[in-house]
Amino acid sequence: MADIDAKIQAKKRRNRLLFNSAAITYGSLIYLFLYLPILIVILFSFNTSRMNLTFQGFTFDWWGSMFSNRTLLESFYNSIIVAGASTILSVIIGTLGAVGMYKFEFKLKSVLSNSLYIPIAIPEIVFGISLLMFFSSLHVQTGMVTMIIAHVTFSMPFVLITVRARIAGHDRALEEAAKDLGAGESHTFFRVTLPCIMPGIISGGMLALTLSLDDVIISAFTNGPDAKTLPIKILELSRRGVPPDAYALSTLMIIGTVVIMLSSQLVQNRMLKKRGEETVSP
Amino acid sequence: MDQPIIRLTGVCKSYGDNEVVKDLNLEIMPGEFLTILGPSGCGKTTTLRMIAGFEEVTKGQVFLAGVDVADKKPYERDVNTVFQNYALFPHMNVFKNVAFGLVEQRIPKAEIKERVQAALKLVRLEGMDNRMPSQMSGGQKQRVAIARALVLKPKVLLLDEPLGALDLKLRKQMQHELKHLQQELGITFVYVTHDQEEALTMSDRIAVMNAGVMEQLGAPEQIYNHPATRFVADFIGESNIMEAYVDSITESGIKCVMEFGDFTIRRGDYADEEMLYICVRPENLRFTAEPVAGFNLFGKIKEHIFMGSICKTIVKLPNDQEVFRTAPPSDGLLPMDSVVHLSWRPTECSILRTKEEQIYNVIESSVEMEGFDARQIL
Ligand SMILES: Nc1ncnc2c1ncn2[C@@H]1O[C@H](COP(=O)(O)OP(=O)(O)OP(=O)(O)O)[C@@H](O)[C@H]1O
Ligand SMILES: [Mg+2]
Repeated sequence: MADIDAKIQAKKRRNRLLFNSAAITYGSLIYLFLYLPILIVILFSFNTSRMNLTFQGFTFDWWGSMFSNRTLLESFYNSIIVAGASTILSVIIGTLGAVGMYKFEFKLKSVLSNSLYIPIAIPEIVFGISLLMFFSSLHVQTGMVTMIIAHVTFSMPFVLITVRARIAGHDRALEEAAKDLGAGESHTFFRVTLPCIMPGIISGGMLALTLSLDDVIISAFTNGPDAKTLPIKILELSRRGVPPDAYALSTLMIIGTVVIMLSSQLVQNRMLKKRGEETVSP
Repeated sequence: MDQPIIRLTGVCKSYGDNEVVKDLNLEIMPGEFLTILGPSGCGKTTTLRMIAGFEEVTKGQVFLAGVDVADKKPYERDVNTVFQNYALFPHMNVFKNVAFGLVEQRIPKAEIKERVQAALKLVRLEGMDNRMPSQMSGGQKQRVAIARALVLKPKVLLLDEPLGALDLKLRKQMQHELKHLQQELGITFVYVTHDQEEALTMSDRIAVMNAGVMEQLGAPEQIYNHPATRFVADFIGESNIMEAYVDSITESGIKCVMEFGDFTIRRGDYADEEMLYICVRPENLRFTAEPVAGFNLFGKIKEHIFMGSICKTIVKLPNDQEVFRTAPPSDGLLPMDSVVHLSWRPTECSILRTKEEQIYNVIESSVEMEGFDARQIL
């Protein structure tokens, strides 16, 4: 009896081991697939070879030369300016929109609310062309400003929808309580409404920021001859082979994005935890 | 006499065609504990919200300390509210929640600290300053909500079923504490509840509302002993309600006839043939083996139910209606199925005219629609 039991146990253990190792392999493959390209970019930013196909030796040269590559650096700064400005603008517009739709009842509200999904659902290339046609019909020279406007148009709906989802669970009695305690309209907004929906605003802002940093297609239609973002610039350069200092810059950007994402999640989680709500996982 | 601190004159409120508060007239004196009592959906919250300024009145006027507040925003009115579900600010700790109103008044930091501590002490939450609302029990949150309102030293505090979410024991304890606070601080309380026992134990006066109409306003004893309408008799406590009509008016008294007997009342300006409702509280109804002068009513003992400190005796009348009496249990219980005579002291019964009954019938159907049958109390 005991012998059979032991055999069964052993078999069970073997099966579990098999299952576990399969799960680990599967999971690792997924992550490898996701992160290997990124790791290669980081690795090749330290490659001595200019031909980038094989790793020949370790160097910091490209990280140094990156800072003297004016056109590359400029596009990097442009990316940051466009992303920063469009994020701030779409957060403000999107938040006000969500709050307005929450507070007021008006005609065509459902039409307006459903039409938010159009810029999200429409193919980017169509969106890009229509923006280009719009700007040229107004005889506006494309450049930084048009790019910022374009980025606001596609990221604002994401902010609005994220903030609106947050507001949906908001207790209207909180605003009444604030007013009851003597707070006027603006104090009620800044002391109660805004802090309550802040986790949603941060999520929306992060979404807007990453969408803007990522964007190639719409920026391709709305950039100007001397106002290009980093993705656009790298795309141009890649036709003649990407210089390794672009890898270095890309690595810098990856690190920056990860740091911003993690810290915003940290802030958000601290807020949610204090309020006894469920936290978001990174 | 002081002037009323709150005065409602002819206040009506409609949502579209739905009239939820109808011609409400009410004067509340400084320092009074007034309770608005009524079943769910009768317009209690709406009435409070009109006083606080969250809801505009459709018709009529609201006066606070003699001033018409029609165009005053909630933050301009000298009243504070304890909300039905507390409405504590989730992103602020207890201290900041309580300090909220003081910060709005730009009071110096040191004084804020002092007053918040005093308010927390008052509701027995000392040392809880840094707790977040999410880390507190229902009773504690409720006390924070009260402290947050009290710290502003309002002249009027509006409380909307503040104890609704608490268990029975905590509710009893909080009732006691609230009443004590109110007397100590001399604040006017307008207290909303649908719990009649709570209303009877705490209030100076009770306004009984039903379907948007204030059916009776008076002291708890008055409401209980002399209900003005059948609804009040039914809703507050338990009542035996019997139908009768005026048969003949003579020098010696007024003879009222029921389906199964009659009785005589001494005085009253009732008209011939007038339909009446006779309401007798179960503790005032008497069952005797011998007939009592002036009463010619009888029934059969159907059941004795022991309920600890009291015993409930149910009697079936000839028309199959059941009436009951509650009394301390005694040895001399009348045997089952024996015939007993019904009587009561003239001062211990309420006689209601059918004029009110007509109102009541209308109301009754609307109450029933909400799944609430007032007669189930019987
Ligand atoms: N914003 C609104 N729009 C339309 N009808 C409303 C609105 N608020 C309340 N009502 C209606 O008004 C009536 C009275 O509501 P109210 O909230 O005053 O009831 P209540 O006496 O406080 O009940 P409860 O004891 O359940 O809290 C209800 O029939 C309700 O459906
Ligand atoms: Mg209510």
